[in-house]
Parts: sequence; structure tokens; C-alpha cells
Amino acid sequence: MLLDLSLQKLLAGYRDNSIDPVEVIREAYHNIENHSQELNTLITVRDQAETLAYLKTLNKTLPLYGLPYVLKDSYATTELRTTSASKILDDYLSLYDATVHRKLKDAGAILIAKGNQDAWGHGASTENSDYGMGKNPWDPTRVVGGSSGGPAAAVITRMCAFAIGEDTGGSIRNPAAWNNISGLRVTYGRVSRYGCISYASSMDTVGPFAKSVEDLALVLSVIAGVDKYDATTSPKPVDDYLASLATSPVKLRIGIAPEMFADRLDSEIATNTKDFADKLASLGHELVDISLPVAKMSLATYYILAPSETSSNLGRYDGIRYGGTRALFTQESMRRIMMGSYELSSGYYDAYYRKALKIRTLLLQTFQDAFSKCDVILLPENPVMPPLLGDLIGDPLANMLADLYNTPVSLVGSPSLVIPSGFHKNGLPIGVQLVGPKFSESLLLALGHQYQQNTAWHTRSPQL
Amino acid sequence: MTNNQITNQDVQHLAKLVSLPLTDDRLNKLVDQITTTFEYINTLQAIDTDSTQETNQVTGLENIMREDVVEESRMLSQNQALQNAKHTHNGYFLVPAILE
Repeated sequence: MLLDLSLQKLLAGYRDNSIDPVEVIREAYHNIENHSQELNTLITVRDQAETLAYLKTLNKTLPLYGLPYVLKDSYATTELRTTSASKILDDYLSLYDATVHRKLKDAGAILIAKGNQDAWGHGASTENSDYGMGKNPWDPTRVVGGSSGGPAAAVITRMCAFAIGEDTGGSIRNPAAWNNISGLRVTYGRVSRYGCISYASSMDTVGPFAKSVEDLALVLSVIAGVDKYDATTSPKPVDDYLASLATSPVKLRIGIAPEMFADRLDSEIATNTKDFADKLASLGHELVDISLPVAKMSLATYYILAPSETSSNLGRYDGIRYGGTRALFTQESMRRIMMGSYELSSGYYDAYYRKALKIRTLLLQTFQDAFSKCDVILLPENPVMPPLLGDLIGDPLANMLADLYNTPVSLVGSPSLVIPSGFHKNGLPIGVQLVGPKFSESLLLALGHQYQQNTAWHTRSPQL
Repeated sequence: MTNNQITNQDVQHLAKLVSLPLTDDRLNKLVDQITTTFEYINTLQAIDTDSTQETNQVTGLENIMREDVVEESRMLSQNQALQNAKHTHNGYFLVPAILE
């Protein structure tokens, strides 16, 4: 399949006329037609003839010329409706483009579909969608992960060349691991969120999904950077992420915290993560013990801050200027809105919201201490393998626990790279997280690329 | 209520505050779910934060300003602004009456 090729190989093929971008786009549509409905991967698909006509208008020298991509349906786009997987926005057509979409368009990439997700980002499974529960391409009786489940599944099933997700408390990392693709949660502020429907603004980040770390680096180099429409974007210069892959990192100190391999972690995932560490050691890196006793307190803190912020952000959906009525929120979203409102209310603000803000400070200190002893922290990604459809959505605590290793990173604003690291005996893929200090994307990508140059887990895709 | 059971009345009151209509079935489920979630969250009360400052944001940025100028290219026409509204009247948004 042409879509198995890396983005750089596709682009090189377009330049020397050995690959026709029309064929690649047709292949993506072919895979969409064969699998999207069955797996509930995509919410809205652009007309193929329109896509091909648009391709003809593009300048062939553009850096991402002709590459078809999928956006999570949380991004405002003028070409396709933006639902955030909620019937409230079923017929909402944005009058402007999200910055990430604008940048990709300007670079010559082509939006071909909007991916399924948990409505408003509320979930870790894509079960909380008004457009059908997202199914895992490796086993359709199980969840795809989430909240950015659709875009992740679209990458592994080759419905696109790459995709864009959104990660607040693990929404890129969790489905990347459960689909056997690479995903990057960026440093908070590295990529503009303008035009991204807000979930929890103090943690929301925009990041790429791709078949490899090399592809992530290329996409990140296009979407990163300061944006005058998002005041939280950093003015720090954007690194040359592709160039940073050229030199393998030498003798990094890889921090491993025993607390992160405790009771709730699936034993095969624990073994897999330790095997991953051994592989890094065999590549010349040094494994160091660190202390990071933060998983449980981070999850509790996250479930104060995220509902509080979402109760405020979703207050705008009043059905007046756009969208349907608030009765259309799902039970999952209603619970989060009500809990957040409670945690912010007079009398409980100190016990909940202010308490969470203080614990965030403790977490920052703990991570700062950890990064004084190591360059990169290795964490498991998901504590469990993908549950059966319907299991998480009925059990809020289990749904929360899926993000056990994700929320600490979200709260401190660090970047985290998730890459495939092997398979469970049940045949489903496992991923790990490489976490670095803020703005260490180049380092994480270089390390992940080095691993992928020496392993082949990331090249496997499911038999469909 | 950091240590108390959340009641049906609490949830009904919250639903009213955030303008969410609840069916009885959903109300009962939400009472259970919110109680369970708060049991987990309440474990934080054991952590001593008396001398800890709050962290409100993690960008490290302060006072990001822009010129206060109108960007005409981003302005919406009246028709565009109304385009996604379900109910309009004479070029205005129609809002539900709040007075009897």
C-alpha cells in the first residue's frame, strides 16, 4: 500500500513523479469506504471529487504537498462541519479555520475527513460519541481509545497519511498506544489551540499522530510556533525537528520510577515497558532510578481541574448563536459539567479547586527534581489493554483510571512521545511514553526515532 | 460535603445551576457516579498543602499583549454571524424569554 510509505518517501515520490498523489488519495478513500462505517472511525468525510479537484490547485513545491490528513472533529474547519462528536453541533459549520488546519493547508496538505472522538474530549475510549462508539481496528469488540480515537484509527487503517489529535489528559497518548501508532503530546503552548473546541484550557494541547516518529517530526515542524490568536503559545523558536533526528542521542539518562509500575498496571504491560528500557540500555543509554509517586494524586487533581474548566468552557453552548440545546449533552458530559460547577462553587472552591491548584505546584516540584536526575522519564502508557465496548462508559472510575499515567504529564505541561513497544498476548498493541522537560520535543523525537530505527513494532498494522 | 454523601437534591440543584435538564433515570445514575468520583477525589484532602502556593498556569508567560485594533479580515457579516443560529428574527438572534 502506498500509504504504508513514510511522508518523506511519499513527498520524494511526488517530486520525481514516481508516485501519483491522486493514487494515494484514492487509496485513502478506498480504506475509508471499506472500514470507517464499520469501525465508527470518521464523522464527516469530504467528497472525493472535491478533494481531487482541490489537489490540482496546489503548488507541488509545498512542504506537505498533496498529503491527505484527518483532523479530530474538535477543530474548526470551513470545509466540513465541526461536531466535537456531539449532536449539539450536528450541523455547525465554522466560519473560520483553526490555526493548525490553516497551517497544514498552507503547507499543501489536504483535509479529507474529521475523526470520531469522545464528545468534547470527555473520555478515554471514544465510547462517549453521538456518532457511534469508536471500535479498535485490532479487535472491533474493544474500544479504540480516546478521546482522539478516530484520528488514531484512521492512521493505522491508512485512511490518511497522518492525523491531528488533541490531548488534555491523555487523548492523543492513549489511542496512539492502543492503535500501534506514534503520537505526540506537545509542550503546553508549543502548538496553537486557536479554533480547537476547548475542553480544559489549562491542559489542552494540539498534536500529531503518524506511522512513525520521523513523520511526527515533519508534521510538528509545520504546526508548531507562536500564534497571535492564542496568547498561550510560546515565542520560543521552533526547532528543526527533522534535522534533530539525524544524530542519535548519546547516553541519555532514562529515569524509571518504581511507583509507576505498581498495583494497577497490567503485568504484561509492565514487562513490556521494562523490555523497552532494556532496549534503550542496549542502545547505550543509562537507566536511572527516580521517584515519582504522583499517579494517583495527579488523577484526582485532574478530575477537579478538568471538570471545573469544562463546566466553564461548555457554558457557551446555550443553543442561541449556534448549536442545539443543552439537553443534548450526554450523561458523561453532564456529570463532568455538574462536578466542575460544584468544585468551583462558593464553599467548596477552597476544598477542591484551590486544593488542586496547590497540588499542581507540588507536582511541578516533583517533576523538576526528577529531571535533575534524568533527561527523559520512561512511563507505561495505558495501565490496561483496551476494554470491551461499553465497559468504560458505564464505569466513571475505570474511565478515569485509563489515564493514570497521562494526567501527571498534563498537569505539569511537559511533552510526551508515545511509540509502539510490542504486543500483548491477546494480540493487541502496547505503547510507552517518553516524557521530557518542557520544549524537549527534539530530544524525545530523536530518542523515539533511534528506537524505531532498531525495532519494527511500529511497522505492524492489523489484518482487516 | 467533602465527607458527606451527595444527595438527589444536591444533583438537582447543580443541574439547575448549569441549565441541564435531567430525567429521573439519569438523575439516579448521576448521584451514584458523582458520589463514587468524589470518593476518589477526596483522597487529596490527606495531602498537606498549607504552605504551598497555587499554580494557575504552566506557560511561564506573563502579560501577553496585542494592539487593540480591529481586524477587518476576521469580521463577520450579519448574515454570517446568524448563519448557525437555529432561531433568528429580522436579522437578530431570537433568545428564549426569561420573564413571564
